[in-house]
Amino acid sequence: MSAAATIKGSRQFDAACAILDRFGRNPTRLIPILQALQEEYRYLPGELLAYVATALGVPPARVYGVATFYAHFTLAPRGKYVIRLCDGTACHVKNSIPILEALRQRLGLTAERKTTPDLLFTVETVSCLGACGLAPVVVINDQVHGQVTPEHAVALVEEIIAREKPAAA
Amino acid sequence: MTRLATRTDLNQLADSLRQAPAAGAAKPQIFVGMSTCGLASGAGKVYDAIAAALQEKGLADHVQLIKAGCVGLCFAEPTVELQLPNQPIVTLGDVTAERGRQLVDELAANGSFSNPLSVDNAIFKKQVRIALRNCGRIDPEQISDYLRNGGYQMLAKAVFDWQPQDVIDTIKASGLRGRGGGGFPTGVKWQAAQGAAGEIKYIVCNADEGDPGAFMDRSVLEGDPHCVLEAMAVAGRAIGARRGFVYCRAEYPLAVKRLGIAIEQARAMGLLGEKILGSDFAFDIEIKYGAGAFVCGEETSLIHSIEGKRGEPTVKPPFPAERGLWDASTTVNNVETFANIVPILEKGAAWFRSIGTEKSPGTKVFSLAGDIKNVGLAEIPMGMTIQELLYDIGGGSSDGKPIKAVQTGGPSGGCIPSIKFDTPMEYETLTALGSIMGSGGMIVMSEGTSMVKIAHFYLQFTCDESCGKCTPCRIGCKRLHEILDRILKGEGKPEDLTKLEELGNVIKDTALCGLGQTAPNPVLSTLRWFRGEYEECLKRGNRPPTYRIDPVKCVGCHACFKVCPANCIEGKVKQPHTIRQQDCVHCGACFKTCKFDAIARE
Ligand SMILES: Cc1cc2nc3c(=O)[nH]c(=O)nc-3n(C[C@H](O)[C@H](O)[C@H](O)COP(=O)(O)O)c2cc1C
Ligand code: FES
Repeated sequence: MSAAATIKGSRQFDAACAILDRFGRNPTRLIPILQALQEEYRYLPGELLAYVATALGVPPARVYGVATFYAHFTLAPRGKYVIRLCDGTACHVKNSIPILEALRQRLGLTAERKTTPDLLFTVETVSCLGACGLAPVVVINDQVHGQVTPEHAVALVEEIIAREKPAAA
Repeated sequence: MTRLATRTDLNQLADSLRQAPAAGAAKPQIFVGMSTCGLASGAGKVYDAIAAALQEKGLADHVQLIKAGCVGLCFAEPTVELQLPNQPIVTLGDVTAERGRQLVDELAANGSFSNPLSVDNAIFKKQVRIALRNCGRIDPEQISDYLRNGGYQMLAKAVFDWQPQDVIDTIKASGLRGRGGGGFPTGVKWQAAQGAAGEIKYIVCNADEGDPGAFMDRSVLEGDPHCVLEAMAVAGRAIGARRGFVYCRAEYPLAVKRLGIAIEQARAMGLLGEKILGSDFAFDIEIKYGAGAFVCGEETSLIHSIEGKRGEPTVKPPFPAERGLWDASTTVNNVETFANIVPILEKGAAWFRSIGTEKSPGTKVFSLAGDIKNVGLAEIPMGMTIQELLYDIGGGSSDGKPIKAVQTGGPSGGCIPSIKFDTPMEYETLTALGSIMGSGGMIVMSEGTSMVKIAHFYLQFTCDESCGKCTPCRIGCKRLHEILDRILKGEGKPEDLTKLEELGNVIKDTALCGLGQTAPNPVLSTLRWFRGEYEECLKRGNRPPTYRIDPVKCVGCHACFKVCPANCIEGKVKQPHTIRQQDCVHCGACFKTCKFDAIARE
């Protein structure tokens, strides 16, 4: 089931309710609430933000304001595998950009289009993961890969595709 | 884990830990560096292999195997350190699982390690480890390791022996300055917070570490989280706060995990929470997560972020010490600043002042990254020259060629050219060079790096990270970026350089917060030290230079032929040479070698 489908229908807000309760429906915990919701749904759809605003008793603008301020929040669906390429200074001077270009080319993505249509991959850049000793660094979900080359990065993607879509590969 | 109900309990536990057979003094110890870099390089497998081999050889009870934090040798991960009783510690780099098993075999056969390929000791010789004292030497997930080394004793003293003012006086006398960038005297900040009005006060540890290329705070949190917790509790006692927050960036999952474990353990032992060690002092700590905004490292933004709002800065004054979290007095200090507190209280202000310089006492942890051989962390006394740090500890550039410049202070700092590498590093001297100490991130750049591109890269970063609240930063940085864009495309106009300077200085003077006030630094400092590169870019943009041999001036000495790495120079001795342009890699080696001024660079 795709992430977009999960969110449809009000019954699907059950998980959201549980998360809101876990944080005591406390507006000062808005950021951790949104982080937990994003972990659950993989993104923050508009209707969910409106729901959170009502539940916390704060204006929707406040929730949107926070959700759009922080780079970690995304209002568009994200892939099952989030590939984060470090473009911090240390990685940048160690040639991180060719890796980004290779990944985007392999997956048909651009700076604007970050997620593949099948919702398998999202490619984004971050500034420094604090593992500069391993520059350039690529993190796929929680797995850190160091001293990555464009070929290596594409190979990692191929491996995932082969695992996820044995037939297609 | 039993709760320590009194101070006597703490002392008895510490004594018994020191005497216990597990204390290690009499046993060989093997430390495996298990921080983010180590784990990503395979430290987990090395640990498992060593553990299994120890079991196999029946040595599990005779050798202590420790999951430690990192010693800062990122270039040599995974690292393993070996300590035989009464012998100097030996550090091994690039250890594989196979090598791990061999080590155990050697130990089983000879009781020692034969000819270990150790990492050059020179890296450590010039270092003085205060903030990193425990990193790599204890298991960060075991509070007993920290307690054995005298942990939480200073908290006990702060609670039972000293008056709050005594603690503040010692910190003031030590001259400790904030390691998060500004260099503000920590004791003065604590004094202001103590004197601030209001019943409720907060302590905040800034672990946002947004400067790309800096990772010392991560290492401290991953390698020695208790030293930060103890210092925060001491600060709470001195200032009169009962709650603390660690604001940690979400990019550091391992640091967050270990910090969480440390807080749980300290609470379980009665070292955090209500009635600490049976006294009436209460202090508890909570972790707050960043969500990927660089500006949240700025203290007022950070405070808004903890409150659950957009992380936008506000004008100071009021300073957080007067009015911060939920309008209460809030003391914000950096991770490394806190990591210095316990040693200062242990050894005294005079000891601390004996290290470093008059104006900047103590040490600073620098992270070396980029084109440098020994990528990693180094904690050095303030006042060491850049040259010593880069060459004696850093081992010079990765390819052995001279280093062109070093960037300090991240997006708020500047590039320092190699002619200034004899500068002793202090807060003031780096500022005088147009850079800043910042958090201690150092990006080393080799000859091939284009300084204009670097300035452009940093401005891209600030444009992305500007919160948009004030106009100088939101629009000014964008314009700076556009001008650089056009210069790089070769469409720059001669007046662009003065425009960059004028606009840069206006932004510095008028932006609301530290982000905007320092954002032009990368441009201004590169303009100051590498103006020639900008001028070349004005002529031909980012296109690499073309080299041509003047057939009249060329005497056919053949010197360029010999140095050309691409073998694209043709010509017989004593006859004019030519360059095959299609194969040229634009390295400029021929240009530098020619003694007859016969090669033109366009
Ligand atoms: C844009 C910006 C980013 C900052 N980022 C950090 C950071 O990541 N970590 C940090 O400790 N201080 C950072 N600071 C400095 C803090 O505002 C504050 O001065 C510091 O945390 C105070 O602690 P200290 O006195 O112990 O250095 C930043 C400042 C600015 C203007
Ligand atoms: S710059 Fe990429 S990990 Fe630090």
